[in-house]
Amino acid sequence: MAMVETAPPPAAVTLDKPVGKSPWERLKPTVLALIVPGLLLLFWHIATTRRWTRLIPTPYEVGEYMIDFAVGGIYDDAFSATLVTHLLASMGRVYGGFALAALFALPLGLMIGRIPTARMVLDPFLQVMRPIPVTAWLPLSMILFGLGPRSAFALVCLGAFYPILLNTIFGVRSVDPKLFEAASMLGCQGNAQFYKVVLPAALPSIFTGLRLGLGLAWFVIVVGEMTGVPQGLGAVIMDGRTLSRTELVICGMIIIGIAGYISDRIVVMIGNRMLKWSPTHHG
Amino acid sequence: MAESKTPIIEIKQVSKVFKLQDQTINALHDANITIRKGEFVCLIGASGCGKSTLLRIIAGFEQPTSGKALMWGTPIAGPDPTRGMVFQDYALFPWLSVRDNIGFGPASRGLAKPVVKETVDKFIELVGLTKFANAYPHQLSGGMKQRVAIARVLANDAEIVLMDEPFGALDAMTRERLQDELLDIWQRTGLTVVFVTHSIEEAIFLADRVVVMTPGPGRIESDNPLILPRPRDVASPEFNEVRRVLGAKLHSHHGKKAA
Ligand SMILES: Nc1ncnc2c1ncn2[C@@H]1O[C@H](COP(=O)(O)OP(=O)(O)OP(=O)(O)O)[C@@H](O)[C@H]1O
Ligand SMILES: [Mg+2]
Repeated sequence: MAMVETAPPPAAVTLDKPVGKSPWERLKPTVLALIVPGLLLLFWHIATTRRWTRLIPTPYEVGEYMIDFAVGGIYDDAFSATLVTHLLASMGRVYGGFALAALFALPLGLMIGRIPTARMVLDPFLQVMRPIPVTAWLPLSMILFGLGPRSAFALVCLGAFYPILLNTIFGVRSVDPKLFEAASMLGCQGNAQFYKVVLPAALPSIFTGLRLGLGLAWFVIVVGEMTGVPQGLGAVIMDGRTLSRTELVICGMIIIGIAGYISDRIVVMIGNRMLKWSPTHHG
Repeated sequence: MAESKTPIIEIKQVSKVFKLQDQTINALHDANITIRKGEFVCLIGASGCGKSTLLRIIAGFEQPTSGKALMWGTPIAGPDPTRGMVFQDYALFPWLSVRDNIGFGPASRGLAKPVVKETVDKFIELVGLTKFANAYPHQLSGGMKQRVAIARVLANDAEIVLMDEPFGALDAMTRERLQDELLDIWQRTGLTVVFVTHSIEEAIFLADRVVVMTPGPGRIESDNPLILPRPRDVASPEFNEVRRVLGAKLHSHHGKKAA
C-alpha cells in the first residue's frame, strides 16, 4: 500500500525542483553574498576612525545622514527628507528613457535582423555610432535638448538603446535554421513564421538586451543628471561634490546601487517566469 | 491509370549540384526511385553519398538541379504538411511544451482548439508521453524528444514520414525500443516511411526495401526488396545472409576504387 502511494510518477522526479534543502543550503547564497560588502564596510570603518583620510566620513556618519536624507529630523538642512523626491525623479528618467529606448530599439532590431536591405542600410551607421560613449554626447545633448530633464532623459535613452538593439538583432539572426524548416513542413510558412518562430526563439536574447539596457540606464543616470536638473540622485551627487559634502555623494551612490539592483532582480524574475522553457536562462 | 496505381513518390533522373565559391559538388547524380503508399524504404550508404540531399528533395527543402520529384504525380514545389520530416537533432521548438510542439502543425493549419487538443491527446498517448505533456524539450531524454518529433508529424496528418538518421544519436537500447515502436505505428497506420540510416542492421530490421547509395557523385547503386517475414529476428541465419549481401554491395564501391 504505502509503496504504491509514495512511488511518484517518473515525471514528478525530473520536472519538480529539488525540495527539502537544509537551512544552511537555503541561507548559503545570502551569507556568501554578504562577505565582500561586510569586509568593505569593516575596512571603511577602520580607515576612517583611524583617520587615514579626513575627507571621507565614517560609515556611522553616512548611515546617520542616510536616515536624515530619507526621513529628516537630524540635521534638517536642504536635503533632509528629500530622498523619495530625488529617487522618484531618477526612476522616472530611468524607466522613461528605458521604455523609449525599447520602443525604438525592438522594432529596429527585429527589422535589421530580418530584412537584409535594412541591415545593409543601417548596420554600418549604427556600428560607427555605437562606440561613442554617452558622456561624449553630453555637450551636444545640452545644445539639442537644453539644460535640464529633457537632456537627462535623452542620454539615459541613448545609453539603453544599443544593448537592446544589438541583442535583438543577435537573437533574430541566430535562430536555428532547422526550426524554420520544421515550421514550414508543419504548415507554418511565410510571415506566420515571424510570430511563431522568430519572436519566441529570439526572446532570450531580447530579454538579455532589455536587462543590460535597464542596467545601463541606471548607469548613465548620473551623467544624464549632470545637465543641470534640480532633482534626481545624479543631481544630489553633483551637488554633494560642489558643496564638498562627501556623505551626500556616498548616500546617492548607495541608493543608485540598491535601486539598480532591485530593478534588475525584478526583471530577472519576470524573465525566469517567461523563459522557463530555456535551460540557459536563469539569472 | 487508377489513382491507387500512382506511386506516392517518384524521383525521376534527379540530379543535384551544389555550387560553392570555387567548386561544384555533384551531391546526387541521375537518381531514380519509386515509392508506393505504405512502403517502408531505407536509404543507406557511406557519408556524403547524397542520402540527406535526396530526402530533402522529397521534403521540398531543396529543388532538383535537373530531373523531376513528384508526389502523387505532381511536382514537389516546397515543404508541405503531407510530407513530415523527422530530423536527427529533433528540431523541436524549445519554447513549446511537448503538448504544444505536437499541436504546432494542427494549430498552424487553423484547426479549432478542441480538435487540436483531441489530436494532440491521441498522439501523445500513441508515443507514450502523456505524463510529460507539459514538459519542455530540454527536460526530456533524446529518445523522448524523438518521440515528440514523430508524434508532431503524425499529428499533422503526414502521409509520408521522412526520417534522417532519426535514431543515430540514441543509445542502443533506446534505439531498439524506438525501432519497435516505429514499426508498430507504421503497421497500424499504413504510413509511408523513408528512413536514412548508417546501420545495415537497422535497415534490414525495418525496411521493405533497402536502397544502397554510393558517393562521388552520389548515385543509387541498387534497390533491394527484402522478403524476410516480420517480425524480424536479427539473430536468424536469413537475416545474416541479407546482411552479408547488402554489406558486399555497400562496400563494393570502395573495393573498386582501391583496385
Ligand atoms: N547545402 C549544401 N551546400 C553545399 N554542399 C552540400 C549541401 N548539402 C550537401 N552538400 C554536399 O553534398 C554531398 C552530399 O551530402 P548529403 O548530406 O546528402 O550526404 P549524406 O549521404 O546525407 O551524408 P551523411 O551520411 O554524412 O549524412 C556532400 O558532399 C555535401 O558536402
Ligand atoms: Mg545526411
